[in-house]
Amino acid sequence: MAVFYILLVFIIIAAVIAVETKDLLGAVICVGAVGFGSSLMFLFLRAPDIAITQIVVEVLGLIILIRATITRDRTFISGDREFFAVVVSVVIIFVIFLAGIRVFESLPDFGTAVFAEAPEAASRTYISEGLARSGAANLVASVILDFRAYDTLGEATVLFTAIIGATVILRKKARKLLEAPDK
Amino acid sequence: MKGMTIIVKTISSWVKMLIFLFGIYIILFGHLTPGGGFAGGVILASSYVLLMLAFGREFAEENLSLPAASKFDCIGAFLFALIAILGFVYGGAFFVNFLYQQYLPGEPLHLISAGTMPLSNIAIGLKVGASLFLIILSLSICCKDFKFAGPVSGKE
Repeated sequence: MAVFYILLVFIIIAAVIAVETKDLLGAVICVGAVGFGSSLMFLFLRAPDIAITQIVVEVLGLIILIRATITRDRTFISGDREFFAVVVSVVIIFVIFLAGIRVFESLPDFGTAVFAEAPEAASRTYISEGLARSGAANLVASVILDFRAYDTLGEATVLFTAIIGATVILRKKARKLLEAPDK
Repeated sequence: MKGMTIIVKTISSWVKMLIFLFGIYIILFGHLTPGGGFAGGVILASSYVLLMLAFGREFAEENLSLPAASKFDCIGAFLFALIAILGFVYGGAFFVNFLYQQYLPGEPLHLISAGTMPLSNIAIGLKVGASLFLIILSLSICCKDFKFAGPVSGKE
């Protein structure tokens, strides 16, 4: 149990540093520390599926961010923060905190399953009948691709739409650059 | 384009196939072990990102060109939708696991089991890998600051 609190403190410190530092590369590295810390957290909570996905996506995102920040001329953030933006974010965080108190009270204790408190929860059905109904040894895969395949279809659609949007937006500029290659 | 030093090039030419094989393993065994289509697809894309970082953008584009990547992307999306519609045709409802329920039950804990799930994993892996590769390729084409070549120190 102690390892979770150590990881939580590590993640919170890294997140605060990532927001507060003026060095762009340092901020990117702190974002990576947050991602790897949460992936370790998933691993200790016995969710290897999510841990694998988190660590792989984190590595790819870090590569992109580091390549994007390291070749810029300006790697330091200059100027002060806007007063209005700070006020708005503090108010929003306070409202979410107030709503979160009610939600956290209704959650089960850390590390216990949901169906310990709600016996009719759907996850009990997945665990007890997942192998018989879908035939997959990995219950997470049986939930993702059989019981809740609509979610996966939506996820694939989101990715597809994102690709279409990115290529359409970047196309005009790309053509211009391709016609006049590196000088 | 220039790419990185000879040490990086040599090591990444050895490692790239291992990363690619590991991605294929994660996709194919997604219904038995942790992992699945999404994580495996990202690993496949990251092997091409390694090529792009070490050898430059042109080399990666020769291996997997932009039209080919977009075709793989569309094939993955089409396969996944086709599996869903085949469930409607043969099983009576959208996304029914018709292979497991009627035609090919298979044994649990074997590679050929769980009906349509391995097929869906392959489709999602193809789609995710190709689309992440496309994102990074279009980013590296479009931004002058964002070149996937040259030494990291930034003197070009």
